[in-house]
Amino acid sequence: MVTAAVAQRAEASAASVARPVPSDPASARVWEVAATVTDPEIPVLTIEDLGVLRSVEIGDDGAVRVQLTPTYSGCPALDAMRDDVLLALTHAGYDDVRVDLVLAPAWTTDWMSEAGKEKLRTYGIQAPTGSAAARPAGPVRVQLAVKCPRCDSLNTRELARFGSTSCKALYECRDCLEPFDYFKVL
Amino acid sequence: MSGADLDPHGDVHGDVSVDRLALADELAGTAADGSTAVASEDAAEYALRLGDDALVLAQQLGMWIARAPELEEDVALGNIALDLIGHARSLLHYAGTASGRSEDDLAYWRDEPEWRNAWLFEQPNGDFAHTIARQLAASVYLFELYARLVDSADPTLAAIAAKSVKEVDYHRDHATQWVLRLAGGTEESRRRMLLAIIDVWPYVDELFDDDELVERLAAAGIAVLPSTLRPAFDAVIDEVFAEAALERPAGRTAFIASGGGRRGSHTEHLGPLLAEMQVLARAHPGASW
Repeated sequence: MVTAAVAQRAEASAASVARPVPSDPASARVWEVAATVTDPEIPVLTIEDLGVLRSVEIGDDGAVRVQLTPTYSGCPALDAMRDDVLLALTHAGYDDVRVDLVLAPAWTTDWMSEAGKEKLRTYGIQAPTGSAAARPAGPVRVQLAVKCPRCDSLNTRELARFGSTSCKALYECRDCLEPFDYFKVL
Repeated sequence: MSGADLDPHGDVHGDVSVDRLALADELAGTAADGSTAVASEDAAEYALRLGDDALVLAQQLGMWIARAPELEEDVALGNIALDLIGHARSLLHYAGTASGRSEDDLAYWRDEPEWRNAWLFEQPNGDFAHTIARQLAASVYLFELYARLVDSADPTLAAIAAKSVKEVDYHRDHATQWVLRLAGGTEESRRRMLLAIIDVWPYVDELFDDDELVERLAAAGIAVLPSTLRPAFDAVIDEVFAEAALERPAGRTAFIASGGGRRGSHTEHLGPLLAEMQVLARAHPGASW
């Protein structure tokens, strides 16, 4: 099954690229600065929490090279994140900085850190439920229940599969009656 | 420039970014290892076809913003269009590497006969049911295509496919949910859904036409031969239609559009769409904001 093959690939890539924090101290310092940049749409999450920050390298000539990966192909927040990484590093005294965007391996919500998921929930956005590899296949599928981030009720209802951004769906809680965003599994 | 000169709230931010970003590689041009991949002439033509499909569909969908049946649908169709623009940017950027043209050159400065999208994607939005019928056919086709293109021998195409397939999965899901709701809704919504499928389905066959280019590329393991996608496409459509108590229009008994989009021959709907999409860039070359 092709769908199964895609799922396996997602699982393999998620395992092989978990948290690529560099080990040498100089690169780790650059990583720490870049990792302070937040998502302009969801300011409680850093690009490290999101898994958007992929790698950091310092060349022999001192040139800094940072790799970011887009969450969604058309995500307009990416340009802002790229600018902000550049600004943060320039601010920290690095004067030869390049930020590259890479598509492979493709970003998945499985890269989101547990700390990031907790911050999302506190912010009022429910974090992805389950892993991308385990997403059910087939065109007609049953959606797993999504918990309300405010009252933890599972008695919720999807209002729109595409919410304020591609990455989120809009839900409503039938117990506390509040609407909330749900960060979809990708 | 020293860090002390930077005021994050001033326009220094913009100046710094623009200067430095000009040096950065564009979105799809950087492979995982940081090198900039250049497409072969054949791969560029193939990427152009896929990119044009995505961009033309995105432009059509964008016209629903502020006009959809409900606010949530404005947002959903707008977000789907945004995903498709992302795919188109990557694909057109890659296509342009073979001829030294940028994604914007390709989007704004080609005339109608130079566009390579299939006719399905340029068909008008019609009523909401027509848009959903077109979305179902388009997203099921794109899902099956990208799910196989992830194994392409061309690493850039494989990377774009791996990124896109996950997003198209949600588009397919969105279209499926609406087909079920419209077909199982009121007498009027069902009547419109049935009519929309009859009107849209003649444009499905073209998606699965092979020609010399894709045969060459498929032999090299780069492209997916379109005809090989048909059984999987029909199986998914049959599953959705069975759930919605609809029938797939029977093969050649229905009118079949002749197609020709891959050769630059288009229906009357592409010209006005391009005119609207390109007018600003052509009236004010290099405009930015």
